Amino acid sequence: MAVVSAETGRPDLREAKGWRRTKNRVMTALMVIAFVLVLIPLGFVLFTVIAKGASVISWQFLTGQPIPPIVVPADVGGMWPAILGTIEITALASVMAVPLGILGAVYLNEYGGRNWLSALIGFMSDVMTGVPSIVMGLFIFSIWVLHFGFSGLAGAFALGCLMLPIVIRSSYEMLRLVPDSLREGSYALGATKSRVTVTVVLPAAIGGIVSGALLAVARAAGETAPLLFTILTVTTANPNVFSGANTSLPSQIFSNANQPYPGAQDRGWGAALTLIAICFILMIVARLVTARFARYQH
Amino acid sequence: MEQPEQDVATTSLPKPAALRDTRPPAAAPTGAEVFKTKSVSIYYGSFRAVTDVSLDIYENEITAFIGPSGCGKTTVLRTLNRMNDLVVGARVEGDVEYRGASLYARDVSAIAVRRRIGMVFQKPNPFPKSIYDNVAYGPRINGERKKANLDEIVEHSLRQAALWDEVKDRLNKSGLGLSGGQAQRLCIARTLAVEPDVVLMDEPCSALDPIATGRIEDLMQEIKSRYTIVIVTHNMQQATRVSDRTAFYSVLRDEKSDTRTGVLVEYGRTQQIFEDPQDSRTQAYVTGRMG
Repeated sequence: MAVVSAETGRPDLREAKGWRRTKNRVMTALMVIAFVLVLIPLGFVLFTVIAKGASVISWQFLTGQPIPPIVVPADVGGMWPAILGTIEITALASVMAVPLGILGAVYLNEYGGRNWLSALIGFMSDVMTGVPSIVMGLFIFSIWVLHFGFSGLAGAFALGCLMLPIVIRSSYEMLRLVPDSLREGSYALGATKSRVTVTVVLPAAIGGIVSGALLAVARAAGETAPLLFTILTVTTANPNVFSGANTSLPSQIFSNANQPYPGAQDRGWGAALTLIAICFILMIVARLVTARFARYQH
Repeated sequence: MEQPEQDVATTSLPKPAALRDTRPPAAAPTGAEVFKTKSVSIYYGSFRAVTDVSLDIYENEITAFIGPSGCGKTTVLRTLNRMNDLVVGARVEGDVEYRGASLYARDVSAIAVRRRIGMVFQKPNPFPKSIYDNVAYGPRINGERKKANLDEIVEHSLRQAALWDEVKDRLNKSGLGLSGGQAQRLCIARTLAVEPDVVLMDEPCSALDPIATGRIEDLMQEIKSRYTIVIVTHNMQQATRVSDRTAFYSVLRDEKSDTRTGVLVEYGRTQQIFEDPQDSRTQAYVTGRMG
């Protein structure tokens, strides 16, 4: 049955009037508002950090040391110890947590199925996600630092504990998205389970796994609390991540922000900007790497 | 997991005369049984999907499984290369013999079984890899490492699957960029690359248009002198066009317990099944009065 408009003699294909149209427009407006609301804090944080931090950034600031304690001229010392510490400690934490987390997710999704062990691991990993980061720091303090002293390694342990459940959860969700038809195609050619996992499932999920791991790395790079009790936050560079007290950008920002002196506070803002820049560069590199891995996926 | 029935009208168009009689004459079947199933019942948990199936499948023949949705034809097919092992709770009773060896014996490895008995699936499932790597996948997992040998296998397999001319200039492009019919032929090439003894096909044309379907049917005729093929199809015209033997399955409903199970109703030469069915259920199905 063709409904034809009385005036034109043609079907009326315009948008329906009345409540449906109103509802559609109200909802569209709400979504736009929600989007803008999300952008406001992001834009505000970026703007503030750049406005307050950009002025102290210089080659001297990025590569000089030691970290100046209080009010000193801008061209004395620099943040290098904290930058080096953050890179060292985060890298070490990633080396520990990312492979372990991916292997854990592979076990949960590919091997464990619905058995009691995988249910237990999955549950424990979810519980671990909820543990406050300062508790992770205290935990490492009591089992490691009390016996072996402050070190970058201790900080990396604390950050690794924090990253592990994030990597497990995000990798697990990505592995679940790999269609079973791909696994079956591989099994039908006589592949073993480990072959299927290594040659089909992991490559198909690699993009998402890298994104998830990166989120965990960025989260860890910005953590202050787990480091307060594990690395001590010193002012000179310590290239040996395995022994001796170390420092990092977040804990240095915390320390600088506690100072009453404007010069120290400015250097804190500069360190914050440096941290954001490091995470941003990391993001871009990981995207490029992922694109290379995922070049056959569409 | 059955897909909705295909619209039969789209795939039953008569072929142009020019295409119809170009197939090479079929190789004379040797008559050896490749599979012998004896009183096979297949369970998913407590649900008995298929009951008491006994049939022999012969070498260098194309055997078609037809029947209404839910009659267990795919289930039986997946039992022939132990793909059902992957389904949690799946269990097989009775004996499935492959060239004299029992497939479900204790010391039989499903991996070894599937290296000899390949499978093409309903939905084309190329890996997210290049076309070359898709075909080379099977030989590689079987230990072939030499580039020259792999090149040869890839070309030979793609030629067998009648895909070589279309993809030879883009072997390094993603297998996911192919059309549905090309992707399915890629999956067939991938299966043939490991030189299996048997190729199981689970409704390989249900997602394809009539032209792509015709290509794959021609391909089956061409390769059947070297392989034994078992195909599940919802399309009865396809069964009459390609198969030497046809097995008709149906659903048996138990009135008392209201449970359903798949049974093998009739098995014989395709011509006999379609022209002179012995069972009234077969007759009703092949003449279109049921299912």
